[in-house]
Amino acid sequence: MPEVVLEVNNLEFSFRTYGGVVKAVRDVSFEVRQGEILGIVGESGCGKSVTVQSILRLNPEPPGFFAGGSIIYKGQDIVKKSEREMRSIRGIEIGFIFQDPMTSLNPTMRVGKQIEEVFVGRKAVSSSEAKKKALDILELVGINEPEKRYRQYPHELSGGMKQRIMIAIALVGHPGIIIADEPTTSLDVTIEAQILEILKDLQQKFMTSIILITHDLGVIAKMCDRVLVMYGGKIIEEGDVDDIFYNTAHPYTSGLIQSIATLDTNKDEELIPIEGTPPDLFSPPPGCPFAARCEYAMEICKSIMPESTSVTGKQHYSACWLLHEYAPEVELVSVKSAEDNKTLESSSDEKAGGNV
Amino acid sequence: MRNNVDQKVMLELDDVSQYFQLSRHKILKAVDHVSFKIHEGETVGLVGESGCGKTTTGRSILKLYTPNTGNIYFKGKDVFSFNSEEEKRYRKEAQMIFQNPHASLNPRMTVREIVGTGMKIHDLVKPKEMDAKVEALLRQVGLNKDHMSRFPHEFSGGQKQRIGIARALSVDPDFIVCDEPISALDVSIQAQVLNMLKDLQDTRGLTYLFIAHDLSVVKYISDRIIVMYLGTIVEEATAEELYRNPQHPYTKVLLSSIPVADPKQARKKERLVVKGEVTSPINPPDSCRFAGRCPNAEKRCFEEMPSLCDVSPEHRVACFMIEQYFRP
Ligand SMILES: Nc1ncnc2c1ncn2[C@@H]1O[C@H](COP(=O)(O)OP(=O)(O)OP(=O)(O)O)[C@@H](O)[C@H]1O
Ligand SMILES: Nc1ncnc2c1ncn2[C@@H]1O[C@H](COP(=O)(O)OP(=O)(O)OP(=O)(O)O)[C@@H](O)[C@H]1O
Ligand code: SF4
Ligand SMILES: [Mg+2]
Ligand SMILES: [Mg+2]
Repeated sequence: MPEVVLEVNNLEFSFRTYGGVVKAVRDVSFEVRQGEILGIVGESGCGKSVTVQSILRLNPEPPGFFAGGSIIYKGQDIVKKSEREMRSIRGIEIGFIFQDPMTSLNPTMRVGKQIEEVFVGRKAVSSSEAKKKALDILELVGINEPEKRYRQYPHELSGGMKQRIMIAIALVGHPGIIIADEPTTSLDVTIEAQILEILKDLQQKFMTSIILITHDLGVIAKMCDRVLVMYGGKIIEEGDVDDIFYNTAHPYTSGLIQSIATLDTNKDEELIPIEGTPPDLFSPPPGCPFAARCEYAMEICKSIMPESTSVTGKQHYSACWLLHEYAPEVELVSVKSAEDNKTLESSSDEKAGGNV
Repeated sequence: MRNNVDQKVMLELDDVSQYFQLSRHKILKAVDHVSFKIHEGETVGLVGESGCGKTTTGRSILKLYTPNTGNIYFKGKDVFSFNSEEEKRYRKEAQMIFQNPHASLNPRMTVREIVGTGMKIHDLVKPKEMDAKVEALLRQVGLNKDHMSRFPHEFSGGQKQRIGIARALSVDPDFIVCDEPISALDVSIQAQVLNMLKDLQDTRGLTYLFIAHDLSVVKYISDRIIVMYLGTIVEEATAEELYRNPQHPYTKVLLSSIPVADPKQARKKERLVVKGEVTSPINPPDSCRFAGRCPNAEKRCFEEMPSLCDVSPEHRVACFMIEQYFRP
């Protein structure tokens, strides 16, 4: 199994607000392995961004604060690091790409200079080397005429191009880990596909580890090796991408799968929404955060948080009381792969090649 | 599937263009010579890249702009030749659900006022029945009477979108432009709104123009689909036909880029690649708008604009490279 490059242990992150303390991330533990794409999915407000921003210490502190836990990177705890120490990690060892390129790029600075910023203060790189690296990276992310773009300002570029500039900035220092928080949500499907391919290439060429947040299960299916499903500030399911989709083991994940319209959804079929709303993070319920919306909820679910439990003895975990030996047997809906049907029908055309 | 042939036409756009004059020499052609029909009780999906003119098309239909060319007919009558009474009726019969639920609700109005104003203007209910009517509408969209005296900021995105839908329904319209009604919502809530729109169509016989990014959702909800590229229609077909048998190179690229929520299939799926960026809609060339990115483009594509041509009875495509163009 590949080496663990980042380890998050029992992370608790909260915000002090006028209304009280928002417990945004509660007892979250996971690891990131070398060269993997780790996906995070979950409802809006469930704590995805706060979780990954704590890794970079990008949450505003105050009002935010660590209420517990550790984030171990290269043997050291990020939670204990100073802002100065973080500056030599952020963007250099751990790169990041955020959703909105408008707010993340500096409107007054030429694109090329923004890419080179990463090298400022690093003695090993001369300014001509920095420029060469910037031009190379622009080429790598698929920007035509890099010399011309290098001299332009962000407002002179389209949304898709700006997002690729963000990616170029994240990549230019060759970080070992890249955090991408909804990197394609504001883009069209054709541009989205291009950008996802760039990320996939990087992972394969340089064994970069990528944490990818998205609410699109299709993007998760295409890109990820492993997946964390979050709900109400907690990780409620974790496993290999195939296990999450084909052996779904948490009612929330199963609900998500049932609520989406796919190309195969028949027009006469009703979609099955998850009724209700997510829990209030000011006073999160003591038990399972999903209990109020869960069709299988039992008495115990409301009062005691279920432990993360191995589903089949594999590296697939679900925090749900249904996995307890005394719980009733239920069959959760998961994805039936169209590929399985195909291989049953004709296992011979495999060699004919990918193009249909 | 509805049979369009013997169904009455609800809305027709005939050669409609909507240009924005940005400066003396810069014209942005947001919608450029677009024609299509929507039949009674039908849902027509409108898809295409950001900025291709979907919202502008919807807004033109509601007369929020005056088109530069062409005509728009509602139930057979030119919407720009209405007398004042017809005008008032059109404002009741055609509604829009806006792309951004946060921006489209007045923050200083209570839900009662937001939903009730239209009914008051069109004199649809007596003042003392107003509350009961608003309550019934809220119930229909899954909200309740406790919500009536609250303000928009007290609601989640999904709930705001429902308020917008209740407002659109309040005046008992026949036709609604749904502009990305679910894009701002969480996946688990999208299904609620889609089911609701479908139920309303079944019970009230509504007609929809459904604008969306998500091609899986468009396929699920639409009877027919129109694909736009840079202000022009490049393909139009029934939903089934479009996904089974896409003809325009842009439609093919679009369909091949849809992420599928099935890991084994997703890993296998080959994507068609297009070069470059979307061309600017400012002073666009009078040639095929997709030519610069098209893998099949030939000389003619850069010189002339292909018109929509029938490939089968309900399937129209604008591309020089389809064989129908080479028929004698
Ligand atoms: N600066 C802040 N002050 C107070 N509360 C905050 C702050 N930032 C985030 N929160 C709260 O923390 C919780 C988790 O937010 P987070 O941004 O991580 O959600 P998310 O899962 O990324 O959602 P989305 O999918 O909408 O981006 C939310 O309830 C949010 O309101
Ligand atoms: N009032 C306006 N003045 C000038 N240009 C405009 C105006 N409204 C729209 N445009 C331009 O017209 C084009 C079409 O815009 P429109 O909003 O119709 O696109 P869209 O297909 O709805 O895109 P999206 O998917 O991003 O919502 C864009 O280039 C846009 O910038
Ligand atoms: S623990 Fe209980 S409430 Fe939570 S998901 Fe499992 S069955 Fe549902
Ligand atoms: Mg977020
Ligand atoms: Mg729009």
